[in-house]
Amino acid sequence: MRYDNLLDSLGNTPLVGLPRLSPSPRARLWAKLEDRNPTGSVKDRAAFYMIAQAEKEGRLVPGATILEPTSGNTGISLAMVAKLRGYRLIVVMPENTSEERRHLLRMYGAEIIGSPAAGGSNEAVRVAKGLAAEHPDWVMLYQYGNEANARAHYETTGPEILADLPSITHFVAGLGTTGTLMGAGRYLREQKPSVQIVAAEPRYGELVYGLRNVDEGFVPELYDPSILTTRFSVSSADALRRTRELVAAEGIFAGISAGCALHAGLALARKSDACDIVVLIADAGWKYLSTGAYSGTLEEAEHSLDGQLWA
Amino acid sequence: MSIEVRIPTILRTYTDGAKQVEGTGSTLGELIADLESRHAGLSARLIDAGAQSPALRRFVNVYLNDEDVRFLSGLDTPVKDGDTVTVLPAVAGG
Repeated sequence: MRYDNLLDSLGNTPLVGLPRLSPSPRARLWAKLEDRNPTGSVKDRAAFYMIAQAEKEGRLVPGATILEPTSGNTGISLAMVAKLRGYRLIVVMPENTSEERRHLLRMYGAEIIGSPAAGGSNEAVRVAKGLAAEHPDWVMLYQYGNEANARAHYETTGPEILADLPSITHFVAGLGTTGTLMGAGRYLREQKPSVQIVAAEPRYGELVYGLRNVDEGFVPELYDPSILTTRFSVSSADALRRTRELVAAEGIFAGISAGCALHAGLALARKSDACDIVVLIADAGWKYLSTGAYSGTLEEAEHSLDGQLWA
Repeated sequence: MSIEVRIPTILRTYTDGAKQVEGTGSTLGELIADLESRHAGLSARLIDAGAQSPALRRFVNVYLNDEDVRFLSGLDTPVKDGDTVTVLPAVAGG
């Protein structure tokens, strides 16, 4: 495959069968490998689309400053594009994210403002909204409410999946900004109404849920529950176990959120005689090596992940 | 009969600090009413009774055996002995 530059190589990621993890030859699991994107994660799709849309609307001009709350992957993707396009990028990121994410952000020239670990990404969003109000000339793309995020998946991820696997019965992905599920989910249901769209939501340690009033929670503006068939909560323990199974059984070195999605995918596969389940693998494991997720006992890995934002 | 209900940190003021409590009921709504009888004030944090018909509050997520009850039957979701109900505040990801 040949492209004129890195940005043009976005998407068209491989769909890889999981013959050893699939319960039977008729109940099949497939992994969509989103690490095969320019900066190594599914967020490249959203980031590229959000920047392109902002440029088209005239909101982003050379030398502009972009501000974004992110637990890492979106920031990394935006940082790469910002570097190439000459924008300044300020990222608000929770302190309880892996060191590798910080390295990559600084490598691309992004500035990081840390938000408190307690309260996770909710706090990052709060801090970023406050900064945006103080700096009206900064451009907050706001992945949680930006329709270009979901549209990226409606126009690229969804069509790629259906083209590769017309027999698809279920699509399972992690639920964060909800962009992937809203965009790809909407596309798939429009084209093939029988497809089940299933969310796998990471369940973190207590610290991440913070101590704020329960009425101050956060639901991404993009979220439309009518697109989903159902939504599962997956513990770090289960996500870790499945991430390691992906390596051991299929040789796939994936990030921990992939284990989260795979756990839900396996639960669905066990309920069907015949199915073709696509599980979205958001990124590879490189950014999580320092968390101990891939070495030591599962108990040690779980313990080390407690309090971390691992997805 | 007992159903295990996991309580997030912010709501443990209603359970004397307990991260897990037990209750009974044949639906989620009944279970929450049962918990309310021993943990006064908890129900109002979970349910908006003032709406047209009582519903879970917007920023509270409840899972029955790890499945979001809003995709089952909400407060009418049947529950049984041995089930686990998890309550969590809504958080961002990404």
